[in-house]
Amino acid sequence: MAPPTQLPDSAGRFGHFGGRYVPETLTAALDQLVEQYQQAQADAKFAQQLQTLLRDFVGRPSPLYFAERLTQQCGGAKIYLKREDLNHTGAHKINNTLGQALLTLRMGKSRVIAETGAGQHGVATATACARFGLPCVVYMGAEDVRRQAPNVFNMKLMGAEVRPVESGSRTLRDAINEAMRDWMASVDTTHYIIGSVVGPHPFPMIVRDFQSVIGRETLQQCQTELGRLPDVVVACVGGGSNAAGMFYPLIDHAEIELVGVEAGGRSDAAGDHAAPLCHGEPGILHGSYSYVMQDEDGQTSDVHSISAGLDYPGVGPEHSYWKETGRVQYTECGDADALRAFDTLAKTEGILAAIETCHAVHNAMQIASRRSADQVVVVCLSGRGDKDAAEVARLRGEKG
Amino acid sequence: MSAIDHLFRKLRAEGRKALIPFVTAADPDLEFTAAVLAELVARGSPLCELGIPYSDPIADGPVIQASYTRALAKKVKLAEIFRMLSAVTPTLAAPVVTMVSYAIIRRHGPPQYVADAQAAGVAGLIVPDLPVEESLALTELCRAAELSLIQLVTPTTPRDRALRIIQSSSGFLYYVAVVGITGERQELPPALLDNVGWLREQSDLPICIGFGISLPEHVRQLAPVADGLIVGSAIVRRIADTAARPRHDVLQEVGDYVQSLIDAL
Ligand SMILES: Cc1ncc(COP(=O)(O)O)c(C=O)c1O
Repeated sequence: MAPPTQLPDSAGRFGHFGGRYVPETLTAALDQLVEQYQQAQADAKFAQQLQTLLRDFVGRPSPLYFAERLTQQCGGAKIYLKREDLNHTGAHKINNTLGQALLTLRMGKSRVIAETGAGQHGVATATACARFGLPCVVYMGAEDVRRQAPNVFNMKLMGAEVRPVESGSRTLRDAINEAMRDWMASVDTTHYIIGSVVGPHPFPMIVRDFQSVIGRETLQQCQTELGRLPDVVVACVGGGSNAAGMFYPLIDHAEIELVGVEAGGRSDAAGDHAAPLCHGEPGILHGSYSYVMQDEDGQTSDVHSISAGLDYPGVGPEHSYWKETGRVQYTECGDADALRAFDTLAKTEGILAAIETCHAVHNAMQIASRRSADQVVVVCLSGRGDKDAAEVARLRGEKG
Repeated sequence: MSAIDHLFRKLRAEGRKALIPFVTAADPDLEFTAAVLAELVARGSPLCELGIPYSDPIADGPVIQASYTRALAKKVKLAEIFRMLSAVTPTLAAPVVTMVSYAIIRRHGPPQYVADAQAAGVAGLIVPDLPVEESLALTELCRAAELSLIQLVTPTTPRDRALRIIQSSSGFLYYVAVVGITGERQELPPALLDNVGWLREQSDLPICIGFGISLPEHVRQLAPVADGLIVGSAIVRRIADTAARPRHDVLQEVGDYVQSLIDAL
């Protein structure tokens, strides 16, 4: 078998996961993307351009921050936060959208579409498009337009058109369907900047690669600032892009435990959570073969999470591969625990984290409290929580 | 050889073209689907396409999406659709092909799906989200079961790739008329006739054109270059409000509409 860091293979497979299950209409564009991405990777100027943008526009490297009071409160291992929330636009999503915007220009395409759940990917796409003068349309489930309203306004401020999606469960899954349908008709002139490590080949590979700056920096910061590797690294998993970007550069360091946290929602019952790696089975959704919540006919099931960014029935195929090989351990965190972690992090560290991120924070706190003080737990703090403040207040029956 | 191979051989020998209607299974219920298939064949459709409802159809426009949503809202299962087909296909004077997402086939397992389809009297499969690279195993299974696996070529397909798709397709080649999703169009792309003409020169495989076709003018324009024309959204739209009308009226309207297209062939 090929070493895990050399996957996917040329058919876009991670083990037997991944692949490309899309209408023929999109195949030529996906082939073009593979080809242009390979050329870009071999082009030092492309890497240089992206690196400069990440430094001067995004503000990278993002700090690896010792959460001193959170560590004290848990009373165990030291907790470090990889501060993706400090990136321009407030989440890891910008790492991917700048890379894909550069690819858009390289392919000579003149329009961009995207889907968004929490709105962070939508904002990051709108930002990259404003930066490069590309017209941008963002599809967003109507339910998410409601619960992530601040991000909708931000997208519009940057000149993007936000199209609410009323079909299905009116969340991320439906937004991806609509973006794909737009792309079916616009593929000659438009690039689809997908927001996570999902979709048909080569998207899971490209998004992972652009997000891998998170894991590379973390490795380096651990080595130079702590003089050692972390014992455990924790990230939340929606589609899985912040987790893949964090984990991929660490995969060959077998001594590091990797933990992905899915949305446990209200309960283990079908429809009450969005945790396909914990409760689903392999199947096809949005162009790839991976764990998914579906019924015995292959119909995608409705899922639930308090967090719009994790409210998705599928997951990136590489995570399915890491689950099956046992390299990454996948667990879940429920709505209520995520809300508690939101509160704890705010009060102990003065950091409002995205409700998505708080799923990872909760489980990292649990892990840290069971470990000795000489151990190091790193959490990918994937995004900031301003977007969630009003919704959290509403859920508590307070005024925002 | 599948029933579809036999059909096109016969149609060509008689110098006839096929008007191939598409309807969604279980919209609004399976009893109606059985009745509408019978009506379509009685009106002169030599081949029918049945859409298996799917929760996340990427290639479909609002009309067919909504029909899938209606069918799935009633919790129809694949086994029930096949049961209806088992009863109906022996009574129809025309073969039936299913349009089905690979998500459904993969979930049941391709060997099981092919066996069940064959047992239900299905003559072929169109799998709109299974590109030729991914279709090897299913191609073998279909060949062994004498089912046609109908592949699609689109205006975005490069010509060398189109040649590979023709090689792997059986029954007929589905040429997608437009760059985009299903749905009625007033105008069809001007390059369509040339593109289909080029494909004809490459192979003897029958070619049927679908996506966007809804008007008798379309039929008159395309029939000379094609073996068959596929009409979906324009029919599904006429079925959409079946719950609110006498079924007989809906069948009559759909039948009259399809008849008007057949008359234009
Ligand atoms: C801050 C933040 N973290 C995590 C996610 C989940 O996405 P992924 O699993 O691709 O990182 C999102 C998605 O919207 C997000 O906004």
